[in-house]
Amino acid sequence: MKDSDAKQTVDGKDVHPTPQLDQLEDGPWPSFVTGLKKLRDEGSDNNRKIMNDLLGQLNHSYEKRLGFWKGGTVSVFGYGGGIIPRFSEVADRFPESREFHTLRVMPPAGNHYDTDILRKFCDIWEEHGSGLIAFHGQSGDIMFQGCSTENTQKAFDALNKIGFDLGGAGPALRTAMSCVGHARCEQSCYDEVRAHRTIINKLLDEMHRPALPYKFKFKFSGCANDCVNAVHRADFAVIGTWRDEIKINQEKVKEHVAEKGRKYTIDTVVNMCPTRAISLNDDDTLEIDNPSCVRCMHCINVMTKALSPGDDRGVSIMIGGKRSLKIGDLMGIMVVPFMKLESDEDFEKLEEFAENVVEFFADNALEHERVGETIDRIGLPAFLDALDIDVDPNMVNHPRTSSYVRTDDFDTEAAKWFERKAREAGLQIGAD
Amino acid sequence: MTTTERVKPRMPDEVGVPDPFSYMHPVMKKNYGNWDWHDRPRPGVLHHVSKSGDEIWTVRAGTQRQMDVFTIRKLCDIGDEYADGHVRFTTRSNIEFMVADEAKVAPLVEALTGAGFPVGGTGASVTMISHTQGWLHCDIPGTDASGVVKGLMDLLHEEFIQEKMPNRVRITTSCCQINCGGQGDIAVNVQYTKPPKINHDLVANVCERPAVVARCPVAAIRPAMVNGKPSLEIDEKKCVCCGACYPPCPPMQINSDESTKIAIWVGGKHSNARSKPTFHKLAVANLPNNAPHWPEVVEVVKTIVQAYKKDAKHWERMGEWIERIGWNRFFEMTGLAFTKHHIDTWTGARKTMNTSAHVHF
Repeated sequence: MKDSDAKQTVDGKDVHPTPQLDQLEDGPWPSFVTGLKKLRDEGSDNNRKIMNDLLGQLNHSYEKRLGFWKGGTVSVFGYGGGIIPRFSEVADRFPESREFHTLRVMPPAGNHYDTDILRKFCDIWEEHGSGLIAFHGQSGDIMFQGCSTENTQKAFDALNKIGFDLGGAGPALRTAMSCVGHARCEQSCYDEVRAHRTIINKLLDEMHRPALPYKFKFKFSGCANDCVNAVHRADFAVIGTWRDEIKINQEKVKEHVAEKGRKYTIDTVVNMCPTRAISLNDDDTLEIDNPSCVRCMHCINVMTKALSPGDDRGVSIMIGGKRSLKIGDLMGIMVVPFMKLESDEDFEKLEEFAENVVEFFADNALEHERVGETIDRIGLPAFLDALDIDVDPNMVNHPRTSSYVRTDDFDTEAAKWFERKAREAGLQIGAD
Repeated sequence: MTTTERVKPRMPDEVGVPDPFSYMHPVMKKNYGNWDWHDRPRPGVLHHVSKSGDEIWTVRAGTQRQMDVFTIRKLCDIGDEYADGHVRFTTRSNIEFMVADEAKVAPLVEALTGAGFPVGGTGASVTMISHTQGWLHCDIPGTDASGVVKGLMDLLHEEFIQEKMPNRVRITTSCCQINCGGQGDIAVNVQYTKPPKINHDLVANVCERPAVVARCPVAAIRPAMVNGKPSLEIDEKKCVCCGACYPPCPPMQINSDESTKIAIWVGGKHSNARSKPTFHKLAVANLPNNAPHWPEVVEVVKTIVQAYKKDAKHWERMGEWIERIGWNRFFEMTGLAFTKHHIDTWTGARKTMNTSAHVHF
């Protein structure tokens, strides 16, 4: 129903005309405006009241091309973060959506739900909020949007009782994201759910009681396709990989070539390998030079039946990715090229490393500085030194090109390298 | 009310990240970490096969992300009637229904399509746009992401429901230059074009002035007394109009109906497949913030998508295609202007210059 049809809400309030928003109801894509109007016209008492004025304010924004929300402080008992407060600057005209706070709620790792839990969310939000829920916000939270200050505690209590907890906001550990991974994807190289829950649940205090210099985000992708965009937007990106050889089912390779053609296979698999590690044999089997492979995932993406990651699986960890503010976007830097992630001890090691990085961040970052900026400021070697991480050629595109560096302890450092290499090769070295 | 009668506040149960296994489809739970291969029987449908021989089909549908309870319940009804009652959401707000029986796929697709949820977003399609909150909820928005996204997805609907692009196309939109929407093959982002306008009457009461001074990336803000009140002033020659001062100090209004513009960026990708992850690069700036349909933005996105679709090789992402053909031809094919503003001036800018004799003609 378009606004022109109804002049009053069922509660006898004047319907705010929304000529701008009405234009966003046509077209094949689902319309959020139609949803807002349905809440206004058919929602619970609470939803109807809020949504008429919310629609009025939103249409006002479309006309003025300006936003009219300001922040503030709203929290629930026991927590310092997790609520995004919003107070209207045009509440005199749109009083019922005067307070329109968001509860950031952490989803189950991997974003799995059943219809029963979604219906419970709806019931809670119908009773206490506006009736509008976003799956999900950019930081990974379920966004329960539109709650009065008074109802915030009630809504949280109801959600908390069914097993859900607030996510992060402000200068704190933020809600993490993990890909579908082990649950459905054969390309997944580690147990994302376990890694995600192990780290976040261990560091929960940093999320619920914000005391960090600025935000800190973890993201977990099962392979280098990085479906949760960890490298760009996580301070601590955990990306699955493997050390041994790509697994090849040569019969399936032959089937792929037979189906798609030799030229297509050469063009899209052989020629697109970034390190020229693949060739197609005369009998239509594949030969892969594994030491040259960088585990980019391309050939595996193309030949999903024939190729798969190796068996010696684990993760790479990249530190320092972030969005624009304020020195421009940064990507994560390769800090741990490989960490095995299978046994209980492996997970404990990951947990300990995560705690150490967050502690380093808490101790050393300036206010409003992301850890990537801290590393820029102090240099990667200082960061590695603080966390006791051995250097590795995989951390750089190439060694330094500037000669301005003091190298009088070069021999000592070289000795460390050779000692480490010997240890890794399983050779016995002197007890001292 | 006496102390004894006072209602004791409920202590939160700090459960943290919920365990997903109680919500997960039983076939996924059973085969956790044991999958073998997958294929895509049709656009919008994934088929995964476990080493145990179990199979699961996933039907992916687009949503408006900002969903009312009626829409969510409608999706639940479809999930209960046509699927097995288990769903998940992708990072781009598509909903996925999992079924263990192939015969359930076609009726499910039909039910979703019939209820107005386009089925697609898989493989080499233009999938749902990841976007920000905009005028609906953000405290610093320059535009309304949901509206821009609605306009763009209406336009790109056909590319969502089929897999006819060279490779996947990830579009993002952001309502301010912080770029919460993220990197994308195409990014539609607010671009401020004027320094903030300061309401000097409010600064002293609202803003922590040293924090605002520290926030400026180009040291263009300094404390000042204005009309006898402590305030801030801006060296407008230095200001890069980034808007970083506005969130901690709302009296430094960065937005206006005229000066808030939209820029379009291309060639970002987070996957490591083939080439390393990249950031998106400026294609065009100064498009009007023309609600409610943003026709100028839609037109440019359409042009870029069509040029990529026509010219890129199979499996090339937007940025890889441009890398191959050269920026010269990208600007030629899209009819967009290359200006002095396309040449980087920021920290590390030199890395973006061509330091070779490689030239595209």
